[in-house]
Amino acid sequence: MSGASRTSEVLEITTTAGVVQARQQVRALAQQCRLSLVDQTKLITAASELARNTLVHGGGGTMTALLLEERGRRGVRLAFADRGPGIADVDLALTDGWTSGTGMGLGLSGSKRLVDDFVLDTTPGAGTTVTITKWGR
Amino acid sequence: MSERVPILRIRQVLLVSIQTDLDDQAVLLLQDDLAQAVVDSGAHGVVIDITAVEIVDSFVGRMLATIASLSRLLDAGTVLVGMRPAVAITLVELGLSLGGVRTALTLDKGLRMLEDDHAERGHEGIAPDVAAGA
Ligand SMILES: Nc1ncnc2c1ncn2[C@@H]1O[C@H](COP(=O)(O)OP(=O)(O)OP(=O)(O)O)[C@@H](O)[C@H]1O
Ligand SMILES: [Mg+2]
Repeated sequence: MSGASRTSEVLEITTTAGVVQARQQVRALAQQCRLSLVDQTKLITAASELARNTLVHGGGGTMTALLLEERGRRGVRLAFADRGPGIADVDLALTDGWTSGTGMGLGLSGSKRLVDDFVLDTTPGAGTTVTITKWGR
Repeated sequence: MSERVPILRIRQVLLVSIQTDLDDQAVLLLQDDLAQAVVDSGAHGVVIDITAVEIVDSFVGRMLATIASLSRLLDAGTVLVGMRPAVAITLVELGLSLGGVRTALTLDKGLRMLEDDHAERGHEGIAPDVAAGA
């Protein structure tokens, strides 16, 4: 991964209020790096999905937010990390409509489509980290 | 504690306007309150105004779809009004079709839609004063 970090903030996601805070923090960052309104909306929506996964499936965790600057363009990078059960079958989890619970199974696959870069790092029994990046145009 | 979104009743229509960023508990609370209100009031339609809503994710989307199908079972229509273009674009990319949920650009058009539906099902107009006029 490239790009110099400008700021780094860590948010605890341990309640549904934490998911709301994640959305608000991401909104502020997206505006700071002048993402278009549509791109802001996409990034906040992806963050909301991943923050909820961290809470619901991962048993709580953190969101680390970075503002990036690279060759004159700015971006936002968000890492959602938990020490929950991990994901045994990543391909299955990334399939539209697949859920192990009662959700719609769109959080992971959908948020992947909403961002420029999506990295899923998971170890069964040890936890999951999803890192997403969205660049300004 | 999660906040409660007020449900207004105008004649035979229930009106909800979401004005703040709701946490998941508040979303579920709204879903339950609306379901109960449709049952209790015998309303002919539900209008959900999302003009002020900046994002709709899968959780809120599921709530909207649930309200729409529940209302349909109770012979009431549901119309979503005021969806922002950026929200619509994002929903499509997320993969949420919101199949059973109808949308209107404005509250006025939404009310009219409910009125037309209701008349089509062989009833009198639902809220002539409210739905009248452009
Ligand atoms: N952080 C995580 N830790 C463990 N499992 C996860 C995590 N994130 C996702 N998963 C698994 O991947 C599946 C798919 O996730 P996804 O977000 O797409 O759907 P969902 O959360 O079940 O439903 P929704 O559409 O409401 O988000 C989940 O059902 C869960 O089994
Ligand atoms: Mg999810």
